[in-house]
Amino acid sequence: MATATTYGARDHARAQEGTRTEAMPVVPASSWPEPPCEASRLVWAETVAGGNYTHRVLARGTEFRLTDTHGDACAHLLLHHADRPWERLNVADTVKVQWNAYLGEGVLLLSDQGRVLASVVADTSGRHDALCGTSTLVRNTERYGDGTPQSPSPAGRELFKLAAAKNGLDPRDLPPSLSFFQGVRVRDDGTLDFTGSVGPGGSVTLRAEQDVTVLIANVPHPVDPRPEYVSTALEVLAWRARPTRPGDALWDATPEGRRAFLNTAEFLAARGIA
Amino acid sequence: MKTVVVPARAAWSSVIRAGAALTITDLHGNQAVDFLVYDAHDTSVRYSAPDTIHAQGGIFLTTGSVLMSNEHTPLMTVVADDVGRHDTVGGACSKESNTLRYGHHTWSQHACVDNFLAEGAKHGLGKRDLVSNINWYMNVPVEKDGTLGIVDGISAPGLSLTLRAERDVLVLVSNCPQINNPCNGFDPTAVEMTITEAGGA
Repeated sequence: MATATTYGARDHARAQEGTRTEAMPVVPASSWPEPPCEASRLVWAETVAGGNYTHRVLARGTEFRLTDTHGDACAHLLLHHADRPWERLNVADTVKVQWNAYLGEGVLLLSDQGRVLASVVADTSGRHDALCGTSTLVRNTERYGDGTPQSPSPAGRELFKLAAAKNGLDPRDLPPSLSFFQGVRVRDDGTLDFTGSVGPGGSVTLRAEQDVTVLIANVPHPVDPRPEYVSTALEVLAWRARPTRPGDALWDATPEGRRAFLNTAEFLAARGIA
Repeated sequence: MKTVVVPARAAWSSVIRAGAALTITDLHGNQAVDFLVYDAHDTSVRYSAPDTIHAQGGIFLTTGSVLMSNEHTPLMTVVADDVGRHDTVGGACSKESNTLRYGHHTWSQHACVDNFLAEGAKHGLGKRDLVSNINWYMNVPVEKDGTLGIVDGISAPGLSLTLRAERDVLVLVSNCPQINNPCNGFDPTAVEMTITEAGGA
């Protein structure tokens, strides 16, 4: 197609509409080919390329499912309160308050304000990590030769900086992150075992318990021992659902969790939200 | 050499110049010392628990451990340690997390995050600048099933550790006021900070 003229360039650009690639957002989300619920409830449907990032603001009660379709995704996750970003995921409180270092079904992702930002609704992977955070420019440059966002081996922190910037946040707003689909276990002497992925198809479903800004970087785990940068696609689907309520099993699953939900409910009630 | 005693429950901060050493002495034993460190010239570069953990392949700190920044650069190195291991996972107590851990009756009690906020403010740091911190002398084992918790300490009166600054750093300390767990034997006590300039001056 001739692109030497404005008309030709316009026609060439417009002819691209409808192109499908593996890694892309599907808009509207309701046109996702295999919806996990009534298609009309979908609000976000995207496949994130290996070495890439995404972000979205999700309303309280939205569920979002991350799927490691090919077995080499690693979803590094940060959560900030959508309109009070200084309230954000606190990994130390998350593991300390719940007396467990490992992530799985029923775990609450806690903010630094004694409240719940999201809960883990389902987990078919079991290979996750709350200890090692994400990768950095310095380390990726040492290991892979480059770590800048546009390189073949982007670092998680560099991608988080971009995702944060698009939500009005800067590097000071990036605390330690969680990662899903590449596991780590602690030995008795405190050293780490990297357990890697469970294989293709592992998924984890989270539920926003407040309005949250979700930042996701899909990059290799920082202790992935492979010399090459291996990062495959991550599927993200989100749909309208309802938040955890009194009477739900998760509300009363632990005394610490119950108080976290009570704190959250009080905060929302005072704001006139719920 | 400069020595300061930090009273029970108090905060403390200092710039430590590159090459200088900070010795923290657990005067009475079993006192948790909550600790954050920043690049003194660019406080957006600050201690990163996850970078420190994955750089050394483990969650306990002792002699030889390098405290890494969020940009994976060295901030300080543990050059001496009488105790053997220190915590990277538990973070700081706060009034908010205490309501979850123990109950709402703890809201009026002292907590480390308040110390960090007040002391950090003297250096232009705010809430966004607080991240997961080190707890010197605090004992947090992780069981096979992932269960973790703060248990009885393994420190004793007079034990100390020494950190060398790998660049000019700003150190923030909250001498933990926690009275609900064994991190300081349910009884906060004073600790001592000694700064030794490079060359021993």
